[in-house]
Amino acid sequence: MNVAHQQEPAANTARPVYVLRGVNKFYARRGIHALDDVNLTLVEGSFSSVIGASGCGKSTLLKIMAGLTPPSSGSVMLEGKPVLGTREDIGMMFQQATLFPWRNVLENIVLPIEIRDGKRAAKEAHGRARELLAMAGLTGFEHVFPNELSGGMAQRAAICRMLVSQPSVLLLDEPFSALDELTRDFMNMELQRICMERNATAFLVTHSIQEAVILSDVVYVMSPRPGRFVEEVVVDLPRPRTLEMMTTPRFGALVDRIRSQLDEGALA
Amino acid sequence: MTMTYDGADREAPPPSTVWVENVSWFDRVPRWVSMTAIFVLFLAIWQGTHMTGLVSPILLPSPGDTAEELYFVGHNLLTGGYMLTPLWITLKTVMWAFILATGIGFSLGVLVGETTFGERAVMPYLVAIDTMPKVAFAPLFIAWLGFGIESKVALATFIATFPIIVGTAAGLHAADENARMLFKTMGASRWQTLIKMKLPTGMPHFFTGLKIGSVGVMAGAITGEFLGGGRGFGDLIRVASTNLDTARVFSLIIYLSFIGLAIFMSVVWTQRRFVFWHKSSTLTET
Repeated sequence: MNVAHQQEPAANTARPVYVLRGVNKFYARRGIHALDDVNLTLVEGSFSSVIGASGCGKSTLLKIMAGLTPPSSGSVMLEGKPVLGTREDIGMMFQQATLFPWRNVLENIVLPIEIRDGKRAAKEAHGRARELLAMAGLTGFEHVFPNELSGGMAQRAAICRMLVSQPSVLLLDEPFSALDELTRDFMNMELQRICMERNATAFLVTHSIQEAVILSDVVYVMSPRPGRFVEEVVVDLPRPRTLEMMTTPRFGALVDRIRSQLDEGALA
Repeated sequence: MTMTYDGADREAPPPSTVWVENVSWFDRVPRWVSMTAIFVLFLAIWQGTHMTGLVSPILLPSPGDTAEELYFVGHNLLTGGYMLTPLWITLKTVMWAFILATGIGFSLGVLVGETTFGERAVMPYLVAIDTMPKVAFAPLFIAWLGFGIESKVALATFIATFPIIVGTAAGLHAADENARMLFKTMGASRWQTLIKMKLPTGMPHFFTGLKIGSVGVMAGAITGEFLGGGRGFGDLIRVASTNLDTARVFSLIIYLSFIGLAIFMSVVWTQRRFVFWHKSSTLTET
């Protein structure tokens, strides 16, 4: 992999965090070959995206990585240990914030702690949760219930919940695709800041080319039936990325390249 | 002059160009007025029917007679008359039945809603029993439990349990895929997932079951008293109708409806307290 390291001095050790080898997934009953020989290495502190049309198997890939579904064949290694089920060092986010309406924001955020270590540990984690809320710009909303939050605020609270258990990798399943475009751009910049601050390894599933390019070090283009990587595009824009970069020729060229790959995949 | 965003004064547009939503006067009447109007209309039709003499007063008493009976029964109850004991018996029946139905309904609902075994093996039998006319079991309950309050409690419980089972089970299936995946990624045990996610998510459905059940216990208790020689309010109705005292029957039914309403409202209030976060926690939604 020729990931452009010069933009990321922090990641120059390039320690592999996630290693997928020959991952296949068949749904025998429906006769679908969802994933075909997927090989993937995520190095520490990198941000990678997988992009593809709906139903190309990218969500299946994410579920396998998260340990929610077993692969039909192949291996998934995280931090040198095989993924054989869900793990504490994985943080996940979905398209919906999935906050629980009977818990206020603070209680929602410490939920992972409460489940892992009990109510007392959750109480003790309130301090950390408040710090995360401050980082996400939600100070003052600790005791508000989720149905009073806007979509963007709810997703920010979901980010805090994902981070509270201090996962080493973040798996993001179209986390901002339900938001309007202005909020989404803002949230993407926030996500970048959070990932850079913590040197987090992140893997994003998306169907927005712009979003993939502005956030990622590497973009994997996926084609459907069977779902496989058809191209690995290294994004060599400097970090930190800004929204202004979206108007540069380099950004446009990368978007064009990915789009042509997607079109080819769609016609094939 | 109208207020404008830039603070500049502008002439108000000519009225002919302003689009005003046209709500008819009929829909703008305040609620208490329309409710009173319906009630008065109802009384007028009732009184009118009575005055034409087409319907015998034995079959349909006048509103005045019914009001008199309402006063009589109310006075009897407030002064500790002979009707107080039957009222207490029916109340006890209904309360016990509601508590039992809630407990049994919730337990069976969790069994069929949470476990595959329950869903596969128990649910078909519950559905089969639910399709039976439950009132037909009244003679059996009397044979098994006697003519006391127990047989009435059993029938009322039997009727009210099924909607609570269905509500609980439906509630346990209400959690969406994301919430389940989230709990899985957090490493939650089955018990934690049930207690912290599935049960709270299902609360609105559970309460819908309780509301239907709360109506069912009333019907069950009174039917039980009719058929099983009870000593409750149902018996007073039976006696009054045997004496062709229809005004008394009407007034007793109205008092029973107060009990039913009280139970129903207590469920609604409990729901508002515990399921404050859901839109169903209002009176009109069930």
